[in-house]
Amino acid sequence: MTKIVKYTNNDFNLASGKSISPLEIAYETYGKLNKDKTNAVLICHALTGDQYACDINPITKKPGWWDILVGKGKTIDTDKYFIICSNVLGGCMGTTGPKSQNSTTNEPYGLNFPVITISDMVKSQVLLLDHLEIPKVLTVIGGSMGGMQVLSWMSEYPNRIKSAIPIATAAYHTSQNIAFHEVGRQAVMADPKWHDGKYFEYNTSPEKGLSVARMTAHITYLSEVALQNKFGRNLQDRAKKTFSFDADFQVESYLRYQGVNFVKRFDANSYLFLTRAMDYFDLISENDGVLANAFSDLDASVCIISFTGDWLFPSVESKKIVHALNSKGVDVSFIDIESNKGHDAFLMEEPAMFKTIRGFLDAQYNK
Amino acid sequence: MNSRSDFLIIEEMVEHGSKVLDIGCDDGSLLKMLQDRKKVDARGIELYSDRVNLCLEKGLPVVQGDANHDLEMYPDNSFDYVILSKTLQSVDKPRKILEQLLRIGKKAIVSIPNFGHWKVRLYLTLNGQMPMTPSLPAKWYNTENIHLCTINDFLSLCDEINIEIMKSVALDKNGVRLNFANRIRSVNLIGEQAIFLLKRK
Repeated sequence: MTKIVKYTNNDFNLASGKSISPLEIAYETYGKLNKDKTNAVLICHALTGDQYACDINPITKKPGWWDILVGKGKTIDTDKYFIICSNVLGGCMGTTGPKSQNSTTNEPYGLNFPVITISDMVKSQVLLLDHLEIPKVLTVIGGSMGGMQVLSWMSEYPNRIKSAIPIATAAYHTSQNIAFHEVGRQAVMADPKWHDGKYFEYNTSPEKGLSVARMTAHITYLSEVALQNKFGRNLQDRAKKTFSFDADFQVESYLRYQGVNFVKRFDANSYLFLTRAMDYFDLISENDGVLANAFSDLDASVCIISFTGDWLFPSVESKKIVHALNSKGVDVSFIDIESNKGHDAFLMEEPAMFKTIRGFLDAQYNK
Repeated sequence: MNSRSDFLIIEEMVEHGSKVLDIGCDDGSLLKMLQDRKKVDARGIELYSDRVNLCLEKGLPVVQGDANHDLEMYPDNSFDYVILSKTLQSVDKPRKILEQLLRIGKKAIVSIPNFGHWKVRLYLTLNGQMPMTPSLPAKWYNTENIHLCTINDFLSLCDEINIEIMKSVALDKNGVRLNFANRIRSVNLIGEQAIFLLKRK
């Protein structure tokens, strides 16, 4: 059972100037917190992730999204570390988000949910750490949108982290990335079943739109080489083309499958709000155009990981962060892992990444 | 522990508790040694990711990067020492790199294999072919060492770009120290490698 912590006493103030009350944070923990509280690892999930980082996800009945990395005897060893993973603010797996009840209207928020930011997500995680009585985590780690949260931790709560591992991420969302997100959102909004975000009133949901959004996004998470190697021009369960718009090609069938499965577990309005939070992320503009200023008070060790085949969050964006940290004299390591798997490499079997994380994390723990 | 004889000389040149950047730090052996024995604040740059991982396992902060392009990202005077150990001969623009070292570092430590060694000279003279020695074993067409130089060459470059040589140590093939003073001609003949402590004039 997912644990939920509920805050009812105070309004949770957001970057936009609005606030949320009550706030609920759904989270999972794995392993045990040691007596000195020096072994806590906070994992930040990506856009469509959730709190079920490892073991079996009770909703999908499949292994958790980072089960390949987190667990007994694995890279982030649950025998050694105390792992915390919470569903992000605006999510749809138990933490307050657009499908939660709005206490003033007694119906789901829908589009009345306030636009949230990466910084708001991190602020809610700070409350969770306070609740768990952990003054400082050994490390905060995450990829993609999770990596943005890690950067936000480094910038806003430097004294709450001993180290940080931002993976496959960037200090701001690029124009191209915003563009892809806009296509996804427009696909959702173009679905007549979206009903201006009030689909819950009609007992329906914009599954077609959300599915198309997921299909487009999924392409951006892979690479041309990965798609070509996996599917080529292979046909799906048939010897010949059907001269129709059926899913003749394996790649079409695969994408449709990705889309259909996604809508079963994800709320369309959440998708709109979370993609928006990523679009708004920009540590450079928030720091008067100088990224290094975001890290003025940072005394943590940082290990930045990128992948050569990631065109959505390319290595050059990670290098900009390295550059900024260097100019502040921060203890920074950086590795650009050779991979043709695209952006999603951080979720996959990448032995070099496992080695990097294990080496860095163990060294931080022993320090 | 790596017993490379130039490491011991470098260790002597580095002051206790200083801030050090090792460019081309390989598996981090030198940095680790300096961290353990001289309590330095150690940082590294390494081209190959598998070697970066070896450094991370040692708890050393190392950035995967290329000396040819990535030195520009470091601010002026951000280190007490910048070390370039047997790497100058393989960079695209040695003069530019040398200038970068002394922009980033208050001092620099540079070690070079000496192409003026008598065996190298003899090899070319007798065989009429590009020299290959135990410390420079690659053929001319596949060597990484595209800018080899002699001790004399190095000294004149430093002179040209206003670099002061604070200390210089040459080692023979057995790692035995050679006395530099007033004997540059002979050191350039029998020194297999040389290590220099440099600063801006």
